[in-house]
Amino acid sequence: MKEKGYTRLYWKIVATTLCFSLVPLLVVGFSIYRQFSVSFKAKIMESLTTLTENRCGAIDLFLDERIAQLNTLVFTNSMEQLTDEEYLTRVFTLMQMRSKSFVDIGIIDRDGDHVAYVGPYRLKGVNYKNEEWFNETMLRGIYVSDVFTGYRMFPHFVIAIMRREGDRSWILRATIDTEIFEAMVKAAQVGKKGDAFLVNKDNVLQTTPRFGGELLSRITYPHFPRFSGTRVGEMQLSGDYALFGMGWLRNKDWLLIIKEDPLENLSPLLQTRLMAIGLVLGGVLIIVVGTFLVTGAVVRQLISTDREKAVLDASLVQSSKMAALGKLAAGIAHEVNNPLAVIKEKVGWMRDLLVEEDISASENYREFDDAVRKIDYHVDRARKVTHRLLGFARRLEPVQEQVDLNRLMDETIEFLRNEAHYRNIEIQTDYCPDPPDVVSDSAQIQQVFLNILNNAIDAIGKAGVIHIKTMFNPKDREMAVAITDNGPGIPNDMLGKIFDPFYTTKEVGKGTGLGLSISYSIIDKLGGRILVASEEGKGTTFTIYLPVNSRPKPQIL
Amino acid sequence: MSEFRVLIVDDEIDFLETLVKRLKKRKLDAVGVASGEKALDILDRERFDVVILDVRMPGLDGIETLKEIKRRTPLTEVIMLTGHASVESGMQGMQLGAFDYVIKPAGIDDLIEKLNQARERKLLHEERIRSGRNVP
Repeated sequence: MKEKGYTRLYWKIVATTLCFSLVPLLVVGFSIYRQFSVSFKAKIMESLTTLTENRCGAIDLFLDERIAQLNTLVFTNSMEQLTDEEYLTRVFTLMQMRSKSFVDIGIIDRDGDHVAYVGPYRLKGVNYKNEEWFNETMLRGIYVSDVFTGYRMFPHFVIAIMRREGDRSWILRATIDTEIFEAMVKAAQVGKKGDAFLVNKDNVLQTTPRFGGELLSRITYPHFPRFSGTRVGEMQLSGDYALFGMGWLRNKDWLLIIKEDPLENLSPLLQTRLMAIGLVLGGVLIIVVGTFLVTGAVVRQLISTDREKAVLDASLVQSSKMAALGKLAAGIAHEVNNPLAVIKEKVGWMRDLLVEEDISASENYREFDDAVRKIDYHVDRARKVTHRLLGFARRLEPVQEQVDLNRLMDETIEFLRNEAHYRNIEIQTDYCPDPPDVVSDSAQIQQVFLNILNNAIDAIGKAGVIHIKTMFNPKDREMAVAITDNGPGIPNDMLGKIFDPFYTTKEVGKGTGLGLSISYSIIDKLGGRILVASEEGKGTTFTIYLPVNSRPKPQIL
Repeated sequence: MSEFRVLIVDDEIDFLETLVKRLKKRKLDAVGVASGEKALDILDRERFDVVILDVRMPGLDGIETLKEIKRRTPLTEVIMLTGHASVESGMQGMQLGAFDYVIKPAGIDDLIEKLNQARERKLLHEERIRSGRNVP
């Protein structure tokens, strides 16, 4: 139950510590990453917007220039001048000197007849009356066509400008090579997987994209209605997940689409995310390991402190019990001593009187004398008992005194003689003759003797022998007291535990498990040691060694 | 030589009376009183060589009485008589100037031996005082 309490405390500390240290770590880690991610993405979007705006502007500028050039031509020349092919050739050559993008040029009258043409194809005389571009131009004045292959089998588009001269109208039509044009779009294809292309309002490709799709084929993107400015964003368009930047051209309903690979652009962000996760995980690991180590140490310390406290408490209880017992014994002895003293004096008085002559002549003198002698003898016997009790009480006070171990052992055996007799246990003694006194605390040594003898009696149970031997080792100047019982012995695996506090084999309530533990600490404190040897089925021997303290028996004055 | 005068102080009357009788029979001039207060009274009026003083008494106890005796007549020797043989009370008495202590019940011969020793010491002290007043 106690162990469970410690386990619960352990997990409580672990959980609290982890909670208080991991939550801030995770919050900080996550929010820093999040902040970084937001600003990094904003930066990417910004640069994509700039790129898209630049490209749209460049293409529009290109178209502006071409239209302006042709406009100038149309409004500075009459139809007669331009239908003169020699003049037209001169003008065209002049135009091509400035820009190679013009492929050919021609004049078409209001009926759709190609009346003049300069260029590499034989298109003079062709009638465009039913062509869509012709009607559009007649309607709006300026027309820029979608890209087409036409008769020529290579991609191009036309710019047509109509002029009204009096009541007649005519059209100047020039073809633009898409090659230069396409180069301008492709300049926006960045990285390994970036793409850029133009589509018309029906999602038909006007330039060749880098991946997936032929010129003039239709792509499967959703239809984007015309909007002003540019749009950027992470989008999923027909299976393509990418960063998209889009902008409609000013001069023509063409949509510029710039596509960038998010993995390529966001790779620093991904690296940062990995690093952040790594750091957070590392932090978590360190915190978890640290928490377990520290908590383990704290709880272990607590357990050992509690143990020590329990041992201390128990020995305090034990010593206060002994002190109370001592007081009681002393009180009884004192109370009994007074009447004993009276009896002794009275008996002494009677003996004094018996010596007188007339009484010694009486016939019952012998009987009186004998009775008085017996009373005196038994008073002395009772006095011995009370003096022993007083001796027991006196020894509870901590002192450094000369201790004769043989006599101390005899006194201790006296305490237990009745118990041993009742259980039919014989106590044999084999004392070292004339042992030196040990300078020590006899009360405490007696407690140790008592504990060990009590254990021996309990171990034997009924009928047995306790053998006590005292020895003096002059070389080490120490006394040894060996107490051997012929009880059942102690199993080998328990031999290491018998001095542990709270280890007991006795029934609940009969033993505290402290006797040997206290004995051990007492002898240890007195500078000695206790050794135990046991053989199962044969018995156990406890040997107590105590230093003599090298002082010879002093002459006490 | 003057008579050997002994004062016995004990609240146990039976013990007191018997001990007085026995000491008288042994040619000692013994007087018994039953309390510390009475002991101090009689000591004011008469001279005693040795006082036998019980430690535990109602009223003025043995230790208090001892202090008072030693204050008034330092040369009077005191033997403490105790039923409580703790080293402490014995040692305390000795420190306060008692000659010795005897544990109850004591044999009469032991007691007389201690009385004689105490008296000898007293006479020795008196001799020194007479011959030069240089008591250590």
